[in-house]
Amino acid sequence: MNWEAVIGIECHVELKTQTKMFCGCPNEFGAEPNTNVCPVCLGMPGALPVPNRVAIEHMVRAGLAFGAEIPAFSKFDRKNYFYPDMPKDYQISQFDMPLTSGGEVKYWLDDGTMKSCRLTRIHLEEDTGKSSHAGSGDGRIAGSEYSLVDFNRAGVPLMECVSEPEIRSSQDAVAYLTSLRETLLQLDVSDVKMEEGSLRCDANVSIRPVGATELGTKTEIKNMNSFRSVQRAIDSEIRRQIETVEAGGRVVQETRGWDEARGETHSMRSKEEAHDYRYFPDPDLVPMELQGDDIERLRAGLAELPWQRFERLTGEYGLNVKQAGQLIDNARLAEYFDRVVTASRNPQQSTNFVLGDLSRLANESGVAVADSKASPDDIAELIAMVEAKTINSKIAKTLVERMWKGDGSPKAIVEREGLSQTSDPAAVETFVDDVLAANPNIVAEYRAGKTNVAGFLVGQIMKASRGKVDPALVNTVLKRKLE
Amino acid sequence: MGDFSIERGAADIARAVTAGSVSAADVVEAILSRVDAVDDAVGAYLTPLHDLARRTAANVDARIRTGERLPLAGVPLAVKDNMCLTGTRTTAGSKILEHWVAPYTATAVARLLHAGCVPIGKANLDEFAMGSSCENSALGVTRNPYDLVRVPGGSSGGSAAAVAALEATIALGSDTGGSIREPAAFCNLVGFKPTYGRVSRYGLIAFASSLDQIGPLTRSVEDAALTYDAMAGFDTMDATSVDREVEPSATALREDLRGLRIGLVRQFDTKLLGPEVDAAYRKAYDDLAACGAEIVEVSLPTADYGLATYYLIAPAECSSNLSRFDGVRYGLRVEAKDVQAMYEETRAAGFGPEVKRRILIGTHALSSGFYDAYYVRAQKARTLIARDFDKAFAGCDLIACPAASSPAFAFNAKSDPYSMYMMDYYTIPMSLAGLPALSVPCGWVTPPGGSVPMPLGLQLCAPQFAEPLLLGAAHAYERTTGHATQHSARVEAVSP
Amino acid sequence: MQSDSIDVRYVARLARIALTDEEVDRFSEQLGDLLHHVDALSELDTNIVAATAQVVESRNVTRSDERRPSLDRETVLEQAPRRQGNFFRVPRIIAE
Ligand SMILES: [Mg+2]
Ligand SMILES: [Zn+2]
Repeated sequence: MNWEAVIGIECHVELKTQTKMFCGCPNEFGAEPNTNVCPVCLGMPGALPVPNRVAIEHMVRAGLAFGAEIPAFSKFDRKNYFYPDMPKDYQISQFDMPLTSGGEVKYWLDDGTMKSCRLTRIHLEEDTGKSSHAGSGDGRIAGSEYSLVDFNRAGVPLMECVSEPEIRSSQDAVAYLTSLRETLLQLDVSDVKMEEGSLRCDANVSIRPVGATELGTKTEIKNMNSFRSVQRAIDSEIRRQIETVEAGGRVVQETRGWDEARGETHSMRSKEEAHDYRYFPDPDLVPMELQGDDIERLRAGLAELPWQRFERLTGEYGLNVKQAGQLIDNARLAEYFDRVVTASRNPQQSTNFVLGDLSRLANESGVAVADSKASPDDIAELIAMVEAKTINSKIAKTLVERMWKGDGSPKAIVEREGLSQTSDPAAVETFVDDVLAANPNIVAEYRAGKTNVAGFLVGQIMKASRGKVDPALVNTVLKRKLE
Repeated sequence: MGDFSIERGAADIARAVTAGSVSAADVVEAILSRVDAVDDAVGAYLTPLHDLARRTAANVDARIRTGERLPLAGVPLAVKDNMCLTGTRTTAGSKILEHWVAPYTATAVARLLHAGCVPIGKANLDEFAMGSSCENSALGVTRNPYDLVRVPGGSSGGSAAAVAALEATIALGSDTGGSIREPAAFCNLVGFKPTYGRVSRYGLIAFASSLDQIGPLTRSVEDAALTYDAMAGFDTMDATSVDREVEPSATALREDLRGLRIGLVRQFDTKLLGPEVDAAYRKAYDDLAACGAEIVEVSLPTADYGLATYYLIAPAECSSNLSRFDGVRYGLRVEAKDVQAMYEETRAAGFGPEVKRRILIGTHALSSGFYDAYYVRAQKARTLIARDFDKAFAGCDLIACPAASSPAFAFNAKSDPYSMYMMDYYTIPMSLAGLPALSVPCGWVTPPGGSVPMPLGLQLCAPQFAEPLLLGAAHAYERTTGHATQHSARVEAVSP
Repeated sequence: MQSDSIDVRYVARLARIALTDEEVDRFSEQLGDLLHHVDALSELDTNIVAATAQVVESRNVTRSDERRPSLDRETVLEQAPRRQGNFFRVPRIIAE
């Protein structure tokens, strides 16, 4: 039987702000334990939350970037459950009226195809503190004897982003996450670093026979700490589910942890009786009614999004996926590239120089292309000279290195050193005549039928002209003279 | 110590201290020796603050010498113990916080200290402000200064007893369904609950966030107005505090009620008052007319549903607000084999029966399957109640009714919870609508089996943000009837 | 609405309050009685009425993203029921 995987991704993204969601404590990674805490984020008696305006704007900008609606009315709700690293034993979150609704993540695959996955919801909530578990040896909660809690992270603004189960493979899952991360980076609303926990994701995985419409029983995969482990975890879970079912067993709904070392998922807990979170509107906070002009102001501030850039580069400019990827990963390089293209109107050559020579020089020197002494206008000027055949590609390459060193604009260098290529037949003839006169016996061999010696003569002519003559012209002139 | 009379009011004290005719230090010494003399009998304070009071008084005198103008210079203040004051034990009357020292100060308290008040002590209350007699305090018994065998009312019972027994000049209380107005009525005081959102709740240990409001308990309307003026206004630390200009009330006090229409609520059940108390209130309404008010009848068809609405909304909010008392970060912990057991044992040992009842009923009202039938329906009923008040105020300027269902009762008189809840029958609707309301002394009755007459309180209620009108009218009533001034004669009951 | 019936054991579990059997009985009776009283609300026609979560009409009350002083760690930890070094210590967490 052929199986199809059905995958949904749930992400928690810490927003990039100076302070926490509901208090003035610093929102920073890696501070001394329990130093970034106050009455509010420790849930002390009498303390009250006041929402961080910037976090709300980050949410709206993210929503707009994903094409979500921004409802006129939105509110915060309390999600009630007890956990030691949750100071108030309820989480301020958003239940039925989040700041944004709908939306989709457009993402691209290695073969250049674009896909999109709709979002079930994006909402704003507060992060919990961090527990470390002692006594279990491996730091896992299972088998631990006690736990130690650090509340520095408690109250950090958190965006929860849940996708519809529209993803069909681990590759697509990673592509989805890549686009999500690139978008949030470009919006500058988060660092999205999995290693620092500012991006955390779980995957819901189920399988069903190809063509089936109803969903199979899903498992939730946790503890994936890199895109690579997301891909491996999903693949291994799909395999496990297929083996289970084909062996006559059935998949149980449960939470499974990814074990990087063993390369497999293990059961953490089977789905306990459904939680009764007792959501209700937080009476310490008042509703949000975002005004149309505020939303438009934020919309106007949005730049080109990664998936849009991908479409432009691969479509309009004909870059391949790898090249487009290089430019999406590096916003400053992309901006430099765009300026070269605008000035030169030659995407092909712009790609060659920016992603070829310049990027090579950047790697060798450790200086970013955008910071190099070769300005986009200089590169465009160079491209124009190549187009006009004023110089050949060989000279162009040396010019790029000279420009990188700061020797000035290509025109200046060429004029200073008379490097421009001659296409004037008369000038070429003198070179040819000189070389023929200097090599009578070679000329004799040629005339005797050893036509392959022509190559030697061309080389001599180029040498004599220090590469300034157009090789094509040389050939025609030479042939005429030898016949 | 100068010959300072502890019966003097806040306005009077502030003037004297500012003029230098008496020092804050003298005022505070006089009050502290009163506390030492009578608080064993009254039990108003859970934590007296002699040292802090003396230090603060010295500081006030220094500020006065530098020419600072302090509207409440040297005024002795009792703080209900559900409000945080840096470095002082703040218990909410609960075992679960018995030894907790607040690391920050509530905004309302901070504003009064800034205005020159001197904190005398943290006053007793029903645990987490849940109760109407102060009997639910897990940490102490507070007695009514007018008859020590009776309760002071609640939940702000310690605050009321402190001011009535002259152990403080003014007190801060909190009112969720009547917790300032009822004890004020029981102790012959002015008890004022401002419009919801007028006074910051930051630092007030939450009971029901959408209802809690801080207000003063004083021996005169003028003192209540001064205290309110000094602490009202938007606070960036409380998102539910209202960002709207506060017109001063102390300058809006009036001498008569001419031109005011005062509404009596047709639907309020007066049978529970009993004939004698009912008669006393009718006399009070006549007095309002005698001061020049036009008495009209108004209709609050949903008034009778206030109690039911309140006993779903308030417990629902409290069940969530009190989750944080979990033995992890502060307060009581009962060690156990795992964290779940630790939670359950800690909260079982730390909370008293009334708090448990309200957490349980509130959890039930929010739980899946019951949310719409209970919580949402109660919120809708709340909308109807608020609308009824809007309609009623189209026909009157103020509403008058009892501040409590009876005068102060004896200890252990209300054994079943519901009969205790009924004490707030007249005060809860105003709380649900977020309206400013106060209790002002309106006469005396000797309760059945009682030995001495006990005070009654008249509740006056105004539209949202009409505090100046409300306090102004109460002042006129207080001046013409003079009930409040019978204070000194009676309070000898607890003189040493 | 499910008149005056309340599963006190279930609710107490949600609220993390250990109850004795005696308490379960007493609270079941008292809370059942209270629920009976609040059932009066079903007399009201609330179908077309909006729910009031708050009586104040304020909207969009937020703060600017500016730091405020945090608390001193010792002040915080010295009140912890149990601390270990610079952390709050809690008993075994059973993944529930
Ligand atoms: Mg979440
Ligand atoms: Zn904080």
